[in-house]
This record gives sequence, C-alpha cells and structure tokens, in this order.
Amino acid sequence: MTKEELKIKITEIHPEAIIDESGEWLNVSVEAAAFRSFAEQVRMDVMDLDYLFCLTCVDWKTHLTMVYHFSSTTHRHNIVVKVKLDRNEPEIETICDIWRTAELHEREVFEMFGVIFLNHPDLRLLILPDDFVGYPMRKDFEDPINMIKL
Amino acid sequence: MFSLEGLTSIIHEWLNSHLPATFALLAEFVIVGVAAIGLFAILGLGLVWMERKVAAVMQIRLGPNRLGPKGIFQTSADTVKLIMKEALTPANADKFLFNLAPFIVIIVAMLILVPIAFAKNFQIWDLNIGVLYVTAVSSLSVIGILMAGWSSGNKYSLLGAMRSCAQIVSYELSAGLSIISIIVLTGSLKISDIVASQENGWWIFKGHIPAIIAFVIFIIAATAETNRAPFDLAEAESELTAGFHTEYGGMKFALFFLSEYINIFIVCAICATLFLGGWMPFHMGSWEAFNHIMDYIPSSIWFFGKTIFLIFVIMWFRWTFPRLRVDQLLNLEWKYLLPISMFNLLLMTLMAIMGWHF
Amino acid sequence: MLEEIAITEEGDLIINVGPQHPATHGVLHLVLTLNGEIIKKVEPHLGYIHRSIEKMCESLSYRQFIYVTSRMDYLSAHINNHACALIVEKGLNVEVPQRAQYIRVIMDELTRIASHELWWSAMAMDLGAFTPYFLAFREREKINEIMEETCGARLTMNYMVPGGVMTELHPDFQKKVKAFIVDFKKTLHEYNELVTGNIIFQSRMKGIGYISKEDVISYGCTGPVARASGLRSDIRKIAPYDVYDKVEFDEIIETGGDCFARYQVRIKEMSQSIRIIEQLIDNIPEGDIQAKTKAVLKLPKGEFYQRVETARGELGVYIVSEGAAQPYRIKFRSPGFSNLSALDHMVRGYKIGDFIAAMGTLDLVIPDIDR
Repeated sequence: MTKEELKIKITEIHPEAIIDESGEWLNVSVEAAAFRSFAEQVRMDVMDLDYLFCLTCVDWKTHLTMVYHFSSTTHRHNIVVKVKLDRNEPEIETICDIWRTAELHEREVFEMFGVIFLNHPDLRLLILPDDFVGYPMRKDFEDPINMIKL
Repeated sequence: MFSLEGLTSIIHEWLNSHLPATFALLAEFVIVGVAAIGLFAILGLGLVWMERKVAAVMQIRLGPNRLGPKGIFQTSADTVKLIMKEALTPANADKFLFNLAPFIVIIVAMLILVPIAFAKNFQIWDLNIGVLYVTAVSSLSVIGILMAGWSSGNKYSLLGAMRSCAQIVSYELSAGLSIISIIVLTGSLKISDIVASQENGWWIFKGHIPAIIAFVIFIIAATAETNRAPFDLAEAESELTAGFHTEYGGMKFALFFLSEYINIFIVCAICATLFLGGWMPFHMGSWEAFNHIMDYIPSSIWFFGKTIFLIFVIMWFRWTFPRLRVDQLLNLEWKYLLPISMFNLLLMTLMAIMGWHF
Repeated sequence: MLEEIAITEEGDLIINVGPQHPATHGVLHLVLTLNGEIIKKVEPHLGYIHRSIEKMCESLSYRQFIYVTSRMDYLSAHINNHACALIVEKGLNVEVPQRAQYIRVIMDELTRIASHELWWSAMAMDLGAFTPYFLAFREREKINEIMEETCGARLTMNYMVPGGVMTELHPDFQKKVKAFIVDFKKTLHEYNELVTGNIIFQSRMKGIGYISKEDVISYGCTGPVARASGLRSDIRKIAPYDVYDKVEFDEIIETGGDCFARYQVRIKEMSQSIRIIEQLIDNIPEGDIQAKTKAVLKLPKGEFYQRVETARGELGVYIVSEGAAQPYRIKFRSPGFSNLSALDHMVRGYKIGDFIAAMGTLDLVIPDIDR
C-alpha cells in the first residue's frame, strides 16, 4: 500500500493521529492513552502490520518520545508510530502480547529511560545490574565516577 | 626368531634351578605383577600420546612435538604434573568410597589382563573359561563408576554415573552376543583354543557374513562400553554434567583417565583375539609357503599390530562423529543392535551346524 | 561455570548455563528451569558485555562512531560498518562511486562466509564433533589474510567510511579471492559430506527447536532463523542497497522451522555468497573509491533509518539528528536481541541436549545483543 493509502486508512481508524509525510516512511503521532487500541487495530486491520522491527525511546529534554517501527510481511509497507510521554511520569500500555518481540525491547527501554509499561508480564532490569540506580540514556544522567565529559 | 615364550621359559628354568619350588612361584608372581603394572604404565603413556597425535593429524595440526622426538615424553610430563596436583576431597563426600573408587576401576582393568594372549604361549593364566571371565570381570567396573559418582556428593556426578552405567550395562548385551557368535564356531571359551582354531585363517574371513556383522556390532558396543565418542555423553564438556569423575583431581583422576585407555586396549585386544586371530599370523587356508613366510614375523608383533590398528579405528570415530543424545544411545542398543545381534547369533549357529563356514 | 542454585518445592531444578560457556557463544547467562531433563523455562540474563555503545555514540562524530560498531557483531564487522556508512550517506545525500559499491558488496559477502564458517564449526563442536572446528578455521584464515592485506585488520576492519571505502584494494586482491572461490567450492562439498550427511547430526537436529512462521513474525526473528520457517526476510532483496539489485542470487527459504532447516539455510547461503562474489569480482569498475565529503559531517535535522542484512539477520541503525556534528540519539536494532527472545519459546518441552543444539543454530553473538 502506498503512503497515500496508508494515510487514508490511518485517519479512518484514528482521526486524531498527526501524520507527517516527510522522511522515508509515514510518521504517525498518537496520544499515549489511545496508543494501545491504535496498535491493536493496526495489527488486525487490512494494513496487517505484523512485524515490529524497532522499539525505542528518544529523550527530548522536555518530554520523552516512544518510537515504534512497524512493517508488514505481506504488503511490504512500513510505518513509524511516535508517542509523546510526560517526562516525570512516563507510562504507556505494553504491546508485548500482540507482538511478542516487544517484551525484551520494552524491558530495555524501561531500564534505560524509566518508562513504565503497564501490564507488562515481567518488567525488570535487563542489561544493567540489578541494583543500578538511575536511567542512563536520559540526557540528564550524571555519573561522576564513570562518565568522562570531553 | 625372537619370541616371548622363550623369555618366559628361560626365567622359569632359572628360578626353579636356584630357588625352592614355592619361592620360585612367589618370585614369578612378583615378576608378573611388576610386568603387568609396567605394561599398564607404558600402555597408558603410549595410548595417550597416540590419541593426541591421531587427533592432530585429523585436525590438520601437529600435536605435541616439543618434549622428546615427536613429543613422546609429553605424557610423562603430564603424569608428573598430575602427581603434583592437589587432590581435593569434597566436604560432603563419602571419604572411604571416594578414595576406593579409582582403585576398584584400575584393579578390574588389571584383572582383565590375565587371560589375554599377548604372544604364543605368553598368557598370565590360560583359564578354561577365558572369554567368559573377561566379560564377567569387566562388568565389575560398573561398580567402581557408581561408587565414584555417588560418593562425590555432587548431584551431577551421580547423574553422569547413572547414565554411564545404563550405557555400559546395555551395550554389554550386544557385545556378549557378538562374542558368543564366535564361540559357537570355536567351541571353546579358552583363549589359546580360540587362537589355535584360527590357524588356517582368521574368523572374520572364515565366518564371512555373520562374523563381519558380529565384528561391526562388537566394535560399536566396545566404543560404547568404554564411554568413548560418539557415546561419551557422560563426560561431554559442552553438555551439563562433567561426568562421574568431576570431583577427582591429581593422581586419582590419573587413575580414571588411565583406566579408560586400558579398557580401550583390552576391548581391542579381545576383538583382535576373537575376530582377527590374536597372535596368529595371517594364514591363508593351506598355502604352506605363504603361511611359513608369515610365521617369521614374531607373534607379539602380530598381536600388538592388530590391537593398535583397532585402537586407531576407535580413535578415528572420536574425531569424526558428533555425540549421540542419551535416549538415542539407548534406542540404538535396545531397538537396533540387540535384535540384530540375536538374529546374527541364530544365523551363525545355523552356519556352524551346516558347516557353511570355511 | 555450571552450578545448581536451588530445588523448588515442585521438584524443579534451576540451573545456570554460563556466563563462562564451553561453547564459543560469548558471555551469555541463561537460567534454565528443568523438570528432570525437560526444560520448562529459559531466562536470559544479559549485560555482561554491555559497553553503552548507544550513549557513547552521542558524543562521537559521524566519522568516529563507525569504529565502535564493528565491535558489536564482530563476526560481521564489515556489514556493521556498511550500515553506518550508508545511513550517513543517506542523510547527506552523497553518491557513492560504483567502484566503492562493488568493493563493499564483495567485502560484505566474504564476511558473511567467514561468519557462517565460524558458526558451522562452533555448532559442530556443541554437538560433540571437534574436527570441523579446525577445518572451518582453515578457510577463515584465508579470508582473514585477504582482509588483512587490504584493510589492515583481521577482525574489526573499519574499512568502510561515509562516501566509500577507506583505501585502495591490494593488488593481489582479485587473484586471492578467485583462488579462494575455487578452493571453497571443494571444501563446501567436504563440509556437506562430513557433517550434513551424517546421520548422527541429522538425528540431533531434525525436529528440534521448532518455531512456526507466525511465531517468527511475532517474535521479530530475522535472518536465517526467520527464513528457515518460511518468512521472506532478506533485506538484500526487500530493500537493496549498493549493487545488490544488480546481482543475481537466491533467497534461501526452508519451511522446516527446526534446527536442521536453519542449518541448511546457512550452508546454502554460503553458496549464494560465492555466487555473488563470482559475479562481481571480475567486473569491478575503475574510478574513485571515496566520494568527496566535508571534513566535519553534519547530518540535517531529522530521522534516518537504514537496514542491512548481516550474517545474523537484519541490523537496523536509527539516527535522530538535530543538525549537530554528533548524533542526538542512535539506536542499533540488533538481530540477536530478537532471536534470543524466541529461544524460550523454541526449547520448551525439549531436553538439555536439544537446547544446546537449538542455541547453536540461533547463532547468537552476545556483544551484538548487549551492545
């Protein structure tokens, strides 16, 4: 499906989504509260976006943005979904029961950025040691012992 | 030609002429004991060196080549290292059994050496139940393994020991049936009789099809009995348990290690005796001239040559095949090898009755 | 190395596998919950080789961050560097000269062969055969020598730069690669005889570690793991980069979904790589090896994503740029991370020996997972 068709489809499902067409793939910005239902529909619908190939978070000093890259193995189209989160209380619904790959990816985002994924079966630190304090990938993370500022 | 039986008769006469009869006998016991231990040591050193060199050749590398010409002193250096190692006994091990287990395994290996004919008239004791004695005593080593596994106080040693025992006990059946197939042809369990009956040709040629099947089954069963690859799940490094001899170090580990190679030597010696004629040179029926030429090579060379060839084949297996999983291993025995060897025994009996062998 | 932690009341055994592992997979710590010999759960504990590459790259320039990435999946070092060079070129709209494109693809395919060789030897060693290790390294040695002459290094080559490749090829390059191709075809036949056709290997790999196509899509598996379950996922076909759209090669798809299918996919991929190299090695066009780029590179404001096919699967590089000389946020989407999440699903209900075989066919490189 082309970008135009995708844009039409997405506005049908979720009229409040903000769509940005610059860039290689369609960028869709969704509200955090509506994200879960949007994700479910996108998976089941004619767009058939069944392959989640990148799940990450970007720290924009005033807020956090979750970035999801979806792909369809049948139609071969990709979209990027972005969700803006509040920096002080970043919470979002998990999607790991729809795309099983999200389980480990969300754990990584949790430990690096501090985003709480609601209803995640096993949210704990993945790569960092169990007693680590702080969220390393945030821009304001300070570690006077280990970090060297150039 | 040089023959070992000349040596034994010289020693025997010398002792009897200089000492009273009982003392001569006692002296002979001591000499035989020392010779057996000496043979062990040399065999152990030699076989470990041979394994490393064979492995190197198959893996396109050189193997030990620093100590001594072609690295023949490598194993002696390893032995010195093992002697100097600290042998820890785990805290919750059963001390008596833990220390006893390696000795049981080595003593069993020494006991099996007794009826084997290394050369013409050169056996420690020519029992009238020679082959039966060997199979019976080799089963005792299972006790030593279980003892080692249980007394280590380590759950994984026990698991490894039990797997080992299951394996050994199962494969003894096929090995035993293959041995019986040849005994059917020879009619006697005595080792000297078995070798003498191969004077006009080795049983593997005279007994054609059933003998070849029995030979193949015996080689497979022998590899499994001695816990060698591809049946070495009990001591596999990339799997979970490190086997029944995990907790052993130093000289005790050396005894287990040595006994494994001695066991290989013994099963190959039995195989050579039963199927390939033992110390009997390669005779072809009644070609007198050919047989006479073959007789010039001393019988001990024949025996050791055949055994070393079979040991090479078993080592070849190790470096070629991957490991079988434990259920596949037992499957192979109970569902395939055992029925085939039973059927083969029937076939051999039929052949012996009808006189269809050479 | 392997020790027992506790026995739970239900009689389940919890054991550690790793982090020091007898098989050459790297520092991976797995906690297995067993019931007798049957596996009930596998839980990976990662982080033993975490070097915070993503955070580090936020303070490195666009020319510098490439060198860090060859340490991620060190067996496909060239391909990692290729991905980073491609994304910078995409951002700056730089046209890479044809000669550089051909060289890059040849180096990529040589790396793929070398990586699959090491996988093959480690896989055989896990199952108990020690000889293939030495045979495979004999081939890898030839590839490493070729790399060393041209790139200067054997493992972390750092040869690809934004705009092309770093230096001119060594004069012996074509000759050596052609000699290697001839030798390799013979030895690939040898490998098939020794390992693939061996009944013991087959019985240890067939029917083990099955994963269906739907699960592969859901778990996000890529590379040979996905292709062995019937999913078309070769990035070289879906989104070709450099000269991949001009060469002819097959995408190997098997439908078995078990360990043997994954094994077959990788072995056949090696033949396809040789086919690609054969088509390119005689036709490398003359020209520049590097496009002219500024000394200090600054990507324009925006986001970029580049996917390449490493030996393990799809590597994704995602850069968020604010127009500065350093990236604002880099994310590396590593193939091993998703493949590892499928391990638990794959081995439930199988025995420990099967678990070792399944992990071998997943071809995990832990620095790739931990980054």
